[in-house]
Amino acid sequence: MKNRCVPLRCTHPTKMPEYQPVLLAQVGKAESHTLRAYEQAGGYQALKKSLKEKTPKEVTEIVKASGLRGRGGAGFPTGLKWTFLPQNHPGPIYFCLNADESEPGTFNNRVLMEEDPHQVIEGLILSCYATNATTAYFYMRAEYPLAWQRMQRAVDECYAAGYLGKNILGSPYSLDIFLHRGAGAYICGEETGLIESLEGKRAWPRIKPPFPAVEGAFRKPTVVNNVETVACVRHIMDRGADWFKSIGVPPDPANPRDAGSYGPKLYCISGHINKPGCYEAPLGLTVTELIDRFGGGVWKNRKAKAAIPGGISMGLLTADEFHCPLDFNGPGKFGCLGLGTAAVVVMDEQTSMVDFLLNSCRFFSHESCGQCTPCREGTSWATKMMLRIKAGRGRLKDLDLLAEIGDTIGIMPGTTICGLADGAAWPIKNCIKKFRPELEAHIKRTNPSGWGETKAVPAMELVGIH
Amino acid sequence: MPTVIVNGIEVAIGEKERLNGIQAAERAGVEIPSYCWHPGLSVVASCRMCLVEAGKKDEKTGKIAMQPRLVPACQTPATDGTIFVTNSEKVKNSRAMVEEDLLLRHPVDCPICDKAGECNLQDFHFEYGQKERRADIKPFTSRRRSLGDTVTLFVDRCVMCSRCVRFTREISGTSELMVINRGAQEEIDVFRNDAGEIQFPLDNKLSGNVVDLCPVGALGDKDFLYKQRVWFMRSHDGVCANCSTGCSIKVEENQDRIYRLKPRENPHVNQWWMCDEGRYGWKHVHDSRRVTQLRRREKTGYAPLDWSRFAGELDQKLRQTGRLAAVVSPNLTVEEAYLLSTYIREIDSDALLAVGPVPVEGTDEKFPNGFTIHAEKCPNRKGVEAIVSRLSGGLLNWDDFLARVESEPVGAVWLTGGYHQPWNDTAIAEKFSGVKTLIVQDCFASPLWDRADYQIPAATFAEREGSYVNAKDRLQSFRWAIRPPAGVLTEGQLYWQLLKRPGLYRAAEVLQAVAREITYFTAAMEGVPEHGIDLKVNQLAEPTKTPAIVA
Repeated sequence: MKNRCVPLRCTHPTKMPEYQPVLLAQVGKAESHTLRAYEQAGGYQALKKSLKEKTPKEVTEIVKASGLRGRGGAGFPTGLKWTFLPQNHPGPIYFCLNADESEPGTFNNRVLMEEDPHQVIEGLILSCYATNATTAYFYMRAEYPLAWQRMQRAVDECYAAGYLGKNILGSPYSLDIFLHRGAGAYICGEETGLIESLEGKRAWPRIKPPFPAVEGAFRKPTVVNNVETVACVRHIMDRGADWFKSIGVPPDPANPRDAGSYGPKLYCISGHINKPGCYEAPLGLTVTELIDRFGGGVWKNRKAKAAIPGGISMGLLTADEFHCPLDFNGPGKFGCLGLGTAAVVVMDEQTSMVDFLLNSCRFFSHESCGQCTPCREGTSWATKMMLRIKAGRGRLKDLDLLAEIGDTIGIMPGTTICGLADGAAWPIKNCIKKFRPELEAHIKRTNPSGWGETKAVPAMELVGIH
Repeated sequence: MPTVIVNGIEVAIGEKERLNGIQAAERAGVEIPSYCWHPGLSVVASCRMCLVEAGKKDEKTGKIAMQPRLVPACQTPATDGTIFVTNSEKVKNSRAMVEEDLLLRHPVDCPICDKAGECNLQDFHFEYGQKERRADIKPFTSRRRSLGDTVTLFVDRCVMCSRCVRFTREISGTSELMVINRGAQEEIDVFRNDAGEIQFPLDNKLSGNVVDLCPVGALGDKDFLYKQRVWFMRSHDGVCANCSTGCSIKVEENQDRIYRLKPRENPHVNQWWMCDEGRYGWKHVHDSRRVTQLRRREKTGYAPLDWSRFAGELDQKLRQTGRLAAVVSPNLTVEEAYLLSTYIREIDSDALLAVGPVPVEGTDEKFPNGFTIHAEKCPNRKGVEAIVSRLSGGLLNWDDFLARVESEPVGAVWLTGGYHQPWNDTAIAEKFSGVKTLIVQDCFASPLWDRADYQIPAATFAEREGSYVNAKDRLQSFRWAIRPPAGVLTEGQLYWQLLKRPGLYRAAEVLQAVAREITYFTAAMEGVPEHGIDLKVNQLAEPTKTPAIVA
């Protein structure tokens, strides 16, 4: 357990007797990662049933009917994504499982892969069956050695037991899973960046269209789904679409573009709380509920100041906004980008927002792939300004420049190819909008003689950044 | 006809044309700035300079629906009803943003940069940039490293358009260049070992093109580096004379001195590229060993002659020596070959006409995109052969000619050279021992030159005027780019004088006569367009492919 950098607590919610965890049901039990334990708990029954009784089309229809939305961050309806594949394609169709979980604060895929890998594989086989894919690439981030070992072992067990390979369980369907390890780049989690990286190239996201469903890995139709998404598919096939739809939040009638947020979700909570960890709850839980019921409250008897709703790229919620429901539609109402990966990072009242913003800017400038000019230069410029502010040489004008960078980079204004820049922009925008007085106070306090300067100032000598 | 609307201007495009926004806007006379896009390379849409507003006009209702986001024009196909807006506030702001971004880490060392004056970053910043720097002022940095024998990289000037990387992958197919590091630390480089030594240098035969492709001053040509400011040079359209591909080129000179050759776009010949052999194949033009003195052999040695009286003297001499022979070099233009052959046959209708030696080195080299470097290292074999075979009724090659000279009595032989590689030796020179009057017209001294009775200094490709026919029967005309060095008269002008034509040599006039007289050149009758003319265009298709056309 040495490699665990985040204390994982994957416990069952005790104060919510009405909800029994599904995705985390086996987590914490002895030998939960082995095939024997998984089969004893009813594993691979959904696969057996589906392969025998359902056609791929029917599986797709069930997933579509369940209202399952992608758990990777964007929340795109999974069943709909599958139907974008060309009909009657001669093949091959590829399935890429996105296990490059690198959004700061997020570790739900890791829990699934380490503690219940067979659940992921069963979901993956079902998803591949539905999409007629006969090859699946399991793209895992390099920083997960235990998950890697356990997944590899699980895949080996599956081949031995006939769940993978030629004619699975006597059916005409065959599937091969290839585990592929990334090399530690955030951008490989972007679906076309992942495909490029898988092909052995630089993970520079591709221009869309064509979307991967039409032309993806090795120029063939490709589906890219998140680990948690396929784990959900396993349970949908096990318990039915109606069960899935009975959990979560129906669409907001005021928002015609909201497709509803159904099903269970793995919430990761970390930061300044007493019990950080990964918890399962129905979609629609509020931040307050998550902190109080699961996270054990803010640490050291302090008050919370802000929280990241779902991975650092989603923006920032102030403590007054903690009633925000964590469903696909919720954080957007509070000026955030979206639910993201539902990884909540709580900051207590002693946290400096200058530190938060510097950290966020530094992360994105480090992870920008460097393809599009506005993202490459905008993120690095923002980092340099934040470093200067942090060093006590900030100007009020810097905040305007930062806000301008935040408003102009990303796929929303159309200035970049992929969404990394949007992720970089949102914390900047939210932080400046919601915490401007604090940032201004910091600048005025630390730079009493120069905070009003509006002309260009000499750059600081920076090590490692140019 | 599909119609594209650019800033309200309607432009008709071809039914089957596949244009992007940049190309469609160009038709409407609107410039859309870009760095990463190049018509010859794949589209990456990463520089984001060409962002425009785009939309679609409904054919039936006439309703216009604009996309809410900016889109890269390079990646947006122009189809019927596509609307591009390139002059809105939104577009202007986005261009200003990209320009500001690109200058954040740029050294702005234009005064010492070779690209200054033809730099996209400079031009676009002037046109679309912001008027003052808002980012922190950073000390000037200029890191430079070599990528190979011919190309050097000024790291900090790079705008990461990745054109050079794509070129080595898609056109030369050699993939020497790559992007290293990530984000703002990204740089172009070649593979190096831990000590930083180059393992795979940029040394393919098309490598010089990456310098032309570079929209800024990041990639520098070591040969041209710090030699000349670009605004001092004049550019002349020319044709490369180094092999029978006949790439369209630009000869860039200042005061009759060439500083560089660049490829000129020609979809039928070289597209946008040229090889390094051709690119640096102009050094002989300014070689100090070039012969520049017209001389006549006398008993005591060579005596200088004066050009003003030379034509008369030579003419007289040739009319007295008996049987004549002329060797027409494949370095001569069609027009010069025609004038020389006509002149010789006019004096002696039985004169021997032969084509000079055709230098061949190795085999043809073909690159993935179809670009070919031919093994035949002379520009005009096909053109000269067509002239010689028509005017002498048969084709005599160099080897056969040497045999005939040895065995048959010949009064005077006129040899034309113009090669920049050695083309004869003592053994060959010996074969001309029986010739009474040997006239050698060449750029460099050689055993034959030393044996000549008349030594006539010759011009090089940059000094000539006329037309070359390449390996694919495409005839391209060009004018002289520089004047020949003092003491040298171009071949065309000398032949013109010998034929007693008035005034200056006019190649276009000669080509008209050639086209009228020789079927092979008929297509050139109406003049030669910029991209040259396919001489086979008037020939009937081969009967195996299509049935004969019935009138």
